[in-house]
Amino acid sequence: MPSLGADMESGTLLEWRVKPGDVVKRGDIVAVVDTSKAEIEVEIFQDGTVEQLLVAEGTRVPVGTVLATLQTTSDESERAQAPSAPPPPTEGPSAERPRVSPVARRAAERLGVDITSLHGSGPNGAITLADVQGTAGSTQAARAVKPDEAPAPSVAADRQAAMRQAIGALMARSKKEIPHYYLQSTIDLSGALEWLGKANETRPMSERLLPAALLLSATAKAAKEAPAMNGFWRSDAFQPAEHVHLGVAVSLRGGGLVAPAIRDADRKSVDELMASLNDLVRRARVGVLRSSEMFDPTITVTNLGDLGAEVVHGVIYPPQVALVGFGAVGERPWAHSGMLGVRPLVTVTLAGDHRVSDGAEGSRVLALGGRYRQRPEEREK
Amino acid sequence: MRSTATTITYRDAIRESIREAMLADERVFLMGEDVGAYGGCFGVSRGVFEELGPERIRDTPMSESAFVGAGIGAAMAGARPIVEVMTVNFCLLALDQIMNNAATLSHMSGGQFCVPLVIRMATGAGRQVAAQHSHSLEGWLAHIPGLKLLAPATVQDARYMLAPALADPNPVLIFEHASLYNAEDQIPTTPATLDIGGAALRRTGADLTLIAYGGTVPTALVAAEQLSSEGVEAEVLDLRVLRPLDEHTILESVARTHRAVIVDEAWRSGSLAAEVSARIMEGAFYELDAPVARVGSAEVPIPYAGHLEQAALPQAQDIVAAANEMIGAAGV
Repeated sequence: MPSLGADMESGTLLEWRVKPGDVVKRGDIVAVVDTSKAEIEVEIFQDGTVEQLLVAEGTRVPVGTVLATLQTTSDESERAQAPSAPPPPTEGPSAERPRVSPVARRAAERLGVDITSLHGSGPNGAITLADVQGTAGSTQAARAVKPDEAPAPSVAADRQAAMRQAIGALMARSKKEIPHYYLQSTIDLSGALEWLGKANETRPMSERLLPAALLLSATAKAAKEAPAMNGFWRSDAFQPAEHVHLGVAVSLRGGGLVAPAIRDADRKSVDELMASLNDLVRRARVGVLRSSEMFDPTITVTNLGDLGAEVVHGVIYPPQVALVGFGAVGERPWAHSGMLGVRPLVTVTLAGDHRVSDGAEGSRVLALGGRYRQRPEEREK
Repeated sequence: MRSTATTITYRDAIRESIREAMLADERVFLMGEDVGAYGGCFGVSRGVFEELGPERIRDTPMSESAFVGAGIGAAMAGARPIVEVMTVNFCLLALDQIMNNAATLSHMSGGQFCVPLVIRMATGAGRQVAAQHSHSLEGWLAHIPGLKLLAPATVQDARYMLAPALADPNPVLIFEHASLYNAEDQIPTTPATLDIGGAALRRTGADLTLIAYGGTVPTALVAAEQLSSEGVEAEVLDLRVLRPLDEHTILESVARTHRAVIVDEAWRSGSLAAEVSARIMEGAFYELDAPVARVGSAEVPIPYAGHLEQAALPQAQDIVAAANEMIGAAGV
């Protein structure tokens, strides 16, 4: 079971798209998995022949569980595991004893907190008193709100609750672990929108570009030039990413959100980005995303402009180290060349991880992005 | 009497305590190598010889076993001797007297004799006097029942620990860390308490406890300030009394902070830090949020070369690193 996002702990295998004996090649879709957020098509990363399916449809298994075995074409005698390279299979209950400090274990017992549900923030991932108390606090709050009897929830409500919990856990982890700093700047988009207007003049309705595509393009371009914003914090160290896979936060009907990636966004033209964005939003909202899109975007963009918010100060999506937020594009008064005029403006924010970068660096990135946004034609070159 | 404050060095504070004791009680005398005409090899008794004379300030031959033994005999016979041994390294020459006589006679005589003796000695490194003058062997002596061990880390303790030590009917060893002699502080001329009963909190903090004694107390305080600037509040516990250990105060502090780093200038293997760690494990295991950590000297004879000596000793940054490692990636 692949990890389709930092917040995913288990998934339900909905459907096999292959059967034993099928020949598959890298990139083929072999299964559909339901995370708590969406249905995701799982791609295979190796060529070979499907040998055995180990997990039945409809079964919920933890991340890392072997789903199937694969006979690789390169060496028939060697077995490769599919679809990703998870840890070796474990029989029965979790093989490794979690590291829990004595005082944390005692507090968990007292407060009725399930230790196995906690993320350890101590040395070597040990669960500490603070980890227990964090959970204990929210559990108690939840208890206070709704005592005893809970109505039998529908499947949709279940999923809604699971998603809320997953988002909550991830965002809480982000705010607990990542020392966020925030920068914001307001950008005059008149040049960019003028360019957009001209570009759209000759296009049929279905191919018209939206300002969002320009904003994504400028962000991807700036991220490429700012290695300290693009990558992952893993094992207490920053790992810059080679490519820019731009995560796009998509809010779902009925609540919740996902942030799948537009891969290699820095190398896509505005047209290609527009097409990718349309496709991604549509599929995210019907709940069918591909596993490769969920594999750790390198930086995420959130755009709340459609909903009217002027400024968004976002929460970084672990293990990423930066998040760019856009508010609504709107006409507002703006001083330019000593004159006050009415211009289309957008406020862009950067949430940066202080373990990796400082405000000065963040400022340069914002300025860089601003330049691309103001002059898309320069970016297009 | 009106209580006022005075600024004084650790060295002068000890001298004042010796003068005061000798003026108050004629049974008290000071004995040791070069304590008289020379004024003590660390200058502690400078001027006292001129004031009180050779009867009360007695220079001895270079034979620790002989003059510690003489001190034990004098104490048994009713005197209140203060014996100065130049460094804890040299007290090994008198270990037979300290352990087999001073520490045992009350027990072996069924209480017919007691040994009201005070032995002062310098301890610790940091002065480039190499491997025969620099060690911290308090832990060895803290092993011995029948002894009380004091480690004044502050000027106030240097000034006021001697009187209760002399009042104790059993042998008391006072360890003066040589790097502290020049420390200066403002202390009250009449202290509120004169206790040698246990440990003292030198700084409060909610996140972890730094346990130190003698020369490592100032280092721990420096580390605590640095940790504070990084958002971690450390409590600094000064043990003061190395035997018997003030287990109650140690466990109380650990129960508050759930984390402990023990800072000890001795080698870690078989050390006082090991003993404190074991007591915490025995008495506060269920309060711990992380394994107890120890910061000690490198397990080598203390080097002569200045940079190597500093590298061998526990430094503030070593304490900060141990604390950060204990707290983990997520902070507190």
